[in-house]
Amino acid sequence: MIRLVPRTETSALWQIATPVMAVVATMLAGGLLFAIMGYDPVAAIRTIFWDPLFGPAAGYSRPQLLVKAAPLILIASGLAVGFRAGIWNIGAEGQYIIGAITGAAVALAAYPAPEMWIFPAMVIAGALGGWAWGMIPALLRNWFGASEILVSLMLVYVAQRIAAWMAFGPMKNPEGFGMPGSRNLQQYPAASNPELIAGTGAHWGVVAAAAAVLATWFLMSRHIRGFHIRAAGIAPRAARFAGVKPQTLVAFCLGLSGALAGMAGLFEVAGPAGQITDKVGVGYGFTAIIVAFLGRLHPVGILLAGLLLALTYIGGELAQLTMNLPAATVQVFQGMLLFFLLGFDLLTRYRITRRATA
Amino acid sequence: MMIDPIALFLLLLSASTPILFAALGELVVERAGVLNLGVEGMMIVGALSGFATAYYSGNAFLGFAVAALAGALVALPFTILTQFLMSNQVASGLALTLFGLGLAALFGKPVEGVRAPTMTAGPLGLNWIVWLGLAMVPAIWWFLNRSRAGLILRGVGENHDAAHALGYDVRRVRLAAIAFGGAMAGIGGAFISVATVLQWTEGMTAGAGWIALAIVVFSNWTAPGVLAGAWLFGGVTVLQLRLQAAGVRVPVQLLSMAPYLATIIVLVAISARQKFSRRAGGTAPGSLGQDFHALR
Repeated sequence: MIRLVPRTETSALWQIATPVMAVVATMLAGGLLFAIMGYDPVAAIRTIFWDPLFGPAAGYSRPQLLVKAAPLILIASGLAVGFRAGIWNIGAEGQYIIGAITGAAVALAAYPAPEMWIFPAMVIAGALGGWAWGMIPALLRNWFGASEILVSLMLVYVAQRIAAWMAFGPMKNPEGFGMPGSRNLQQYPAASNPELIAGTGAHWGVVAAAAAVLATWFLMSRHIRGFHIRAAGIAPRAARFAGVKPQTLVAFCLGLSGALAGMAGLFEVAGPAGQITDKVGVGYGFTAIIVAFLGRLHPVGILLAGLLLALTYIGGELAQLTMNLPAATVQVFQGMLLFFLLGFDLLTRYRITRRATA
Repeated sequence: MMIDPIALFLLLLSASTPILFAALGELVVERAGVLNLGVEGMMIVGALSGFATAYYSGNAFLGFAVAALAGALVALPFTILTQFLMSNQVASGLALTLFGLGLAALFGKPVEGVRAPTMTAGPLGLNWIVWLGLAMVPAIWWFLNRSRAGLILRGVGENHDAAHALGYDVRRVRLAAIAFGGAMAGIGGAFISVATVLQWTEGMTAGAGWIALAIVVFSNWTAPGVLAGAWLFGGVTVLQLRLQAAGVRVPVQLLSMAPYLATIIVLVAISARQKFSRRAGGTAPGSLGQDFHALR
């Protein structure tokens, strides 16, 4: 008979080993799924996890890694801070969309002015938009006790409809021949978010993601607020006696993750996406939740996890092109990855021992 | 604009059915002390499997049966994670939703663009499933409040350690509750694809599962409350569609926000009542969302 004994402290070894095990298990289970669907499992896994980096077309796909990873890392860094405190912002996707809209609004209002201040102003506007959208669930929780999980999620659907309205209405490109969608910001030099170093895929969003990793690392391990956040997550009552104000933490965490998600949305709309359409939200906000968990809610872990999930996106696209695999494969992979990770997590919190006598 | 109130009420009954099923299922799950945020994922899996079965077999009722089974089955990883591996219920439920959405999109490609077989209507021209949903309300109320099994289930949800000490198998009760919740969500999802839209499209549940979760809070964890919540939501949906059809001078995209905004407003109002009045009746089950780990 197997028996679980709770550990007094989470195991540091398993903290690092379990995400790796989860990735391997996902590859195995994914291979099984592909075999059932009639694809060559080995070729499929190689196409998704190996070819984007080292395959024949790697020169083309490798720069995409940073492009896809940047928004994931940016959003997940903010989410992880809240998750540490037990504050569940599940609506980063909505904050991302609103950030894209408010940021793009600055550019569209300024068009065609060539001034240098436009792009920085867009970044600030994007962050403010995401922050404001994140503050709605924060305030509703603080004032009325409404679940931030459900409110932030409902606001994703509201944000999607605002984006559609913008694309078909107020932000529609006047020179777009009636097509939905805003002006293309990539073709507006003062507002575009270009590749900074040719051939790397690095744009300002990548710089911001790196900064976010450093800043959240500093916050969580060197700043008193990070200590409060961790305390509130581990022992809420004890934290309150120690003077931690839960309401302040809720507002701080949802505001911070909202602002980072909003910035991610702006960098995307000013760069790779180029314009506001009814499909500005592409699921980064949800995938970032997986990134945060896979990265163990730790900034460095999130950096690695963001790169890995970016790889699944690019590999998934490659598999779509070369093997005709359906686009949704990536989503299934991401879901499985989270399942396995949560399952293996048992090992960090419990010791497995054999029961001596039945 | 003339609207026949009876016709409107019948539309409301139809519009509220998917949410009613999903929310009744989640009500039982939460009364057993488990918070399953995977409702949306189970609904979309039900929507696809029910639709595909109805299409290939030509029998819509078989579609609903398979949807129930598929909804219960796809909840299995969530069950293993939360009941045996002691994983966080919030994260596991989210994983179930992400996994279900992906799975349904992956396997839904072959039935894109085809039409479901039409169903024979029941009394008042309403789908039989609508009537089944309405019948489930008193059935679940009776089960929770008048039956012995319901008493045990509530005991497990209120205080799992006490229920365990009394000799009840906490895990087994929760396994059954989660499977039932999955089956109900599956039927709710299938109602959208098989009985309302008559088509399969990716992500067609469009947040209905999350609204169902909000309605359980709204209901104060009671079956009649769930019905009231589902009708409120159905009413907003029907009204919004009517206004669209009547060509009101508000952009369609803004009108279609109404159900989500209504959910937020209702959630806030109910949360405020539960927060500010001490005697607001029953509140959340005591062990909701907590791990159960029997040391011996």
